[in-house]
Amino acid sequence: MKKVMMGNHALSYGAMLSRAQVISAYPITPQTQVVELLSEMCSDGTLNAQFIKVESEHSAMASCIGASVAGARTFTATSSQGLALMHEMLHWAGGGRHPIVMGNVNRSMAPGWSIWADQNDSLSQRDTGWMQFYCASNQEVVDTVIQAFKVAEALMIPAMVILDAFALSHTYEVVDVPDQGLVDKYLPPFKPAIKLTPADPRAFGGLTGAEHYMELRYKLETDMEKAPALIEETGREFGKIFGRDLGLVDPYRCDDADFIFVTSGTAGFTARVAVDELRKSGVKAGNLRIKVFRPFPFERVREVLGKVKKAAVVDRNCSYGAGGIFYQEVKSAIYGRPGMPPLIGYIAGLGGRDITTDSFKEIAADAMAKDRAEEEIVWIGVKK
Amino acid sequence: MSQEVKKEKKFTMTLPADELMACGHLACQGCGATLAMRYMLKALGKQTVLCIPACCWAVIDGPYPYSSMDVPIYHCAFETAASTATGVKAGLEMTGDAETTVVAWAGDGGTFDIGIQALSGAAERNEDIIYVCYDNEAYMNTGIQRSSATPYGAWTTTTPVKHFKNRPKKDIVAIMAAHRIPYIATASISHPEDFFKKMKKAKDIKGTRFFHVYAPCPTGWKSRPDDTIKLARMAVQNGYFPLLEIENGEKTTLNLKLKDRKPVDDYLRLQGRFRHLGPEQIAVIQAEIDARWERLTKGCVA
Ligand SMILES: Cc1ncc(C[n+]2csc(CCOP(=O)(O)OP(=O)(O)O)c2C)c(N)n1
Ligand code: SF4
Ligand SMILES: [Mg+2]
Repeated sequence: MKKVMMGNHALSYGAMLSRAQVISAYPITPQTQVVELLSEMCSDGTLNAQFIKVESEHSAMASCIGASVAGARTFTATSSQGLALMHEMLHWAGGGRHPIVMGNVNRSMAPGWSIWADQNDSLSQRDTGWMQFYCASNQEVVDTVIQAFKVAEALMIPAMVILDAFALSHTYEVVDVPDQGLVDKYLPPFKPAIKLTPADPRAFGGLTGAEHYMELRYKLETDMEKAPALIEETGREFGKIFGRDLGLVDPYRCDDADFIFVTSGTAGFTARVAVDELRKSGVKAGNLRIKVFRPFPFERVREVLGKVKKAAVVDRNCSYGAGGIFYQEVKSAIYGRPGMPPLIGYIAGLGGRDITTDSFKEIAADAMAKDRAEEEIVWIGVKK
Repeated sequence: MSQEVKKEKKFTMTLPADELMACGHLACQGCGATLAMRYMLKALGKQTVLCIPACCWAVIDGPYPYSSMDVPIYHCAFETAASTATGVKAGLEMTGDAETTVVAWAGDGGTFDIGIQALSGAAERNEDIIYVCYDNEAYMNTGIQRSSATPYGAWTTTTPVKHFKNRPKKDIVAIMAAHRIPYIATASISHPEDFFKKMKKAKDIKGTRFFHVYAPCPTGWKSRPDDTIKLARMAVQNGYFPLLEIENGEKTTLNLKLKDRKPVDDYLRLQGRFRHLGPEQIAVIQAEIDARWERLTKGCVA
């Protein structure tokens, strides 16, 4: 069934189709519609779930963790300040291996108060043991929520499904809503091997000495390393059932490209338009949209980069003192490998400033004028 | 000694012999918090789940991969006892278990201070959980720092004797009563039958139930381990820690009416944390106890 919906409702539909059993969430602009629609769905019986209307995001994540360890499929959504407030609990969910799925609407961090898009909120949480999926369309949001539950529960690792403030959260697009029966086949009920129950009394997360702690973290890392293959496998399976493959990356006209953009989120779709226009003017351009940031898709990124002459990594974020975060990660992915192109890092679109096709053309012109990678980070459209 | 206290002495031990807490736990000798857990589990039985935040009890049950408990425990973040328990209850219900009692079990720091937001939220929503605060009147796990449950006059490592705590203990029972939750009780490890009876009663009530349990800590109070129960009993008998119940936040029932309350002096003298106090400060403490007792006997909640 096709439906016109905003990105926030795409998150709600994803949770509904996944038959989330416990939802615990707190409102924040620009995420509020996710919570509003889900509470409606819970109250009118469209979704058989308990909605816990907590008093903060910290409590939202804590109660999601409680529900998850009790064996329930658990969903929440937040943004920016809310995500930051959850930080301690994000580590708890990751380290405790609770496969919660959370929608995060990328919104800039205050101060100054901003409700508009950039990625510093979610990227600040990259080391918490969560998978991170960055979406570029409302269709991808619905589909990814469903897939994220499947991967999260198989690996017992939580997952964030991330979308840009307003550019997706409040933008209406046509979404092919997956059939519930088919979703049920793709995503069977959550049945964890162990859970918090008097029938099998265990202590979860107790005092862990140096003789055990490292092994638990080693397991988290090695399980995370299984995620890329599993994301591709479940993405293909999804494609077979629903006609839309879900992968780690989304390369566009990269095969014969000399120069590519490396992007994420909605900027990745704007980049496609720029690529088409650049090609018309004779530049063999392409775009590699990174969809999954954790686990980092090292192999897929290398495959694409190994074929091009130069790449511009465009970051809607900044790790102050080190520059764009995707830029750093892409650099580390190709470090020491022969045949890799020079990379140039660009920062654009912070605080919701538009990243337009012109921005991409400016980036392309700048990148192509340089004959090697430079340490300097180039800021696009900034008033200096 | 009053009539009531004499009567109380005639109680016979009625607690079940079953133990859900094994030996081998890591508490100090004479730990009041450990007795509190033991008595609670006798009342609630095996079909119980515990959510325990950072506090002494996060250590007492034993290090990974061991546990000295026969009930499952989720070790949660310091400020999340109430919110984690809320989620556990919802998760159990949604997976077909509506029977299990979910308990949030936290210290005074995790309750009066850092966890009060989550607790207030859960109570306002009337989540179907039992929240137990075992009160040893300071952050013991981190080495005896003051909490808002630390009483006036007490020494802690962050309220040294020259700057002992000069503000009264926060009245958590009154705060919880203001949430109009179905059941609030205080209990003391010196009165296990009373504690047991109230916990049994609470088990059958739906909604948020709050227990404030007095749990002396010899390590933090600088008292003798073998004085733990004695101190708890003295605190009940001198009115410092009255045993009471409040239903729906409305009217206080004093479970033990004391006609001739003892002065607080003896109780203070058994504890190193009050050693520096002179008669003037002791009079402040006594006046505070007297005033609260007065209000409580009139049925007020605070
Ligand atoms: C967010 C956070 N801040 C601080 C701590 C350190 N911490 C652990 S236990 C504790 C004090 C606990 O006091 P209380 O709740 O009274 O329990 P007790 O140790 O006295 O049993 C503190 C400050 C922590 N674990 N988490
Ligand atoms: S420090 Fe006090 S509360 Fe903690 S285990 Fe020792 S006696 Fe018990
Ligand atoms: Mg304490």
